[in-house]
Amino acid sequence: MPVLEVKGVSKSFDGEKIIENISLELKEGEIVSLLGVSGGGKTTLFNMIAGLSMPDEGKIYLESEDITGKPGNVSYMLQKDLLLPYRTIVDNVALPLVIRGMKKEEAREKASGYFAEFGLEGTEKKYPAQLSGGMKQRAALLRTYLFSEKVALLDEPFSALDMLTKGAVHEWYLDVMEKIKLSTLFITHDIDEAILLSDRIYLLTGRPGTLTKEIVIKESKPRKKDFNLSENFLQYKREIISHLEG
Amino acid sequence: MKRKLQNTTSKIWSVSAIAIVLILWQMICSFGVVDSFMLPSPVQVVKAFIEEFPTLMEHSLVTLSEAFIGLALGILLGFVMAVLMDQFEPLYKACYPLIVLSQTIPTVAIAPLLVLWFGYEMAPKVILIVITTFFPITVGLLNGFKAADQDSINLLRAMGAGRWQIFSVVKLPGAMSQFFAGLRISASYAVVGAVISEWLGGFSGLGVYMTRVKKAFSFDKMFAVIFLISIISLLLMKGVDLLQKKCMPWEKE
Repeated sequence: MPVLEVKGVSKSFDGEKIIENISLELKEGEIVSLLGVSGGGKTTLFNMIAGLSMPDEGKIYLESEDITGKPGNVSYMLQKDLLLPYRTIVDNVALPLVIRGMKKEEAREKASGYFAEFGLEGTEKKYPAQLSGGMKQRAALLRTYLFSEKVALLDEPFSALDMLTKGAVHEWYLDVMEKIKLSTLFITHDIDEAILLSDRIYLLTGRPGTLTKEIVIKESKPRKKDFNLSENFLQYKREIISHLEG
Repeated sequence: MKRKLQNTTSKIWSVSAIAIVLILWQMICSFGVVDSFMLPSPVQVVKAFIEEFPTLMEHSLVTLSEAFIGLALGILLGFVMAVLMDQFEPLYKACYPLIVLSQTIPTVAIAPLLVLWFGYEMAPKVILIVITTFFPITVGLLNGFKAADQDSINLLRAMGAGRWQIFSVVKLPGAMSQFFAGLRISASYAVVGAVISEWLGGFSGLGVYMTRVKKAFSFDKMFAVIFLISIISLLLMKGVDLLQKKCMPWEKE
């Protein structure tokens, strides 16, 4: 049974259809990427899965429960870390717990328990401005995880980082994912990133956007450091590029 | 260390500018360019200040308590108005022009009316101060609320946060620096407002003292009280800065 299921979702803005009849599913513990050009409707789809807007047609299910248009079930993370500058890292990360009604002290304690696992130890009492971009994204991912241990939506989370930081963050990300097994839907326009991190990739193309191809990345996990230099990797990349150029 | 040094150098400039003005002023008086009864010299002003110090302190106490009560009520009113106007759009549309209009009324014109309606005691003075101080607070907070990051608000909504949670977690703390900017202005308005309202009627306070010494043509005392008011305003503004540093520890780094 898939954790998250999107069935036949379409959405228009001002009479223009942005995405049409999109269906996808996410199984437990899977990392699935949605790869497509910027402005192709990926974020529109994400907002609907997060419950922030209603699809014109179609339904969204979380563990078979209809969550269409209902916020509070699926959390997401953006390119912007969205850490509140006036809250310490631990208070930022514990925010979803507090919103759900947990006591501040209890939420802090629970959040602190994950800091080591996410490579954030020692940053609890710092403010976001004191952290590097990569560290802020780590905190943002932990916040997402504390919101929902079932499904996370990541919308180009690492695209603001420079190449070198990005490499390190990818390594960290795969490592953390091995430990927490968070089912993740990952939006990106970076082909390398999609192949490197995903179990499956959906390609979103055209106007209005539709899912035109699904690629399974068979490379086992944990992946070797030089996977992105291997022949297999290039094979996937060629396949994707040839499809995108259509 | 380097920062401290820079601070001192920038102070050197402002301090020497003030010193030059004082020296020029003293020279104008010493060489008899202007009659000393029309324009007392800085030395005379200081003498008057020392002589009158106990009386000045008595009057200051009255003025300051008016200013504090008025400011406290003004903050309360400003805060409530800003929150309501932010939460209820029709209220914003209805009240904003009225609030702006309220600021175009000259305080000097409205003060005598307030005295007529509410008497010579504290009430009309406090009301005048409330009218002048709530505005910067309301506008500052409203701007701060409106500037809240939409992405942060959406994230909280996705987490299932309600409207008041969004307000208390994102909007209110995000508006703190604008609030303090408004409070700085309001604090100085409060003192000036108190003095103006005392001019027009009252039994004690720096404004009352001012009208008395003016009628007695004691311009040295007049200047002494002007300086005192400036000093009080500056101290209040400094106090607001300190409070801001205390309330917003994340701004330090």
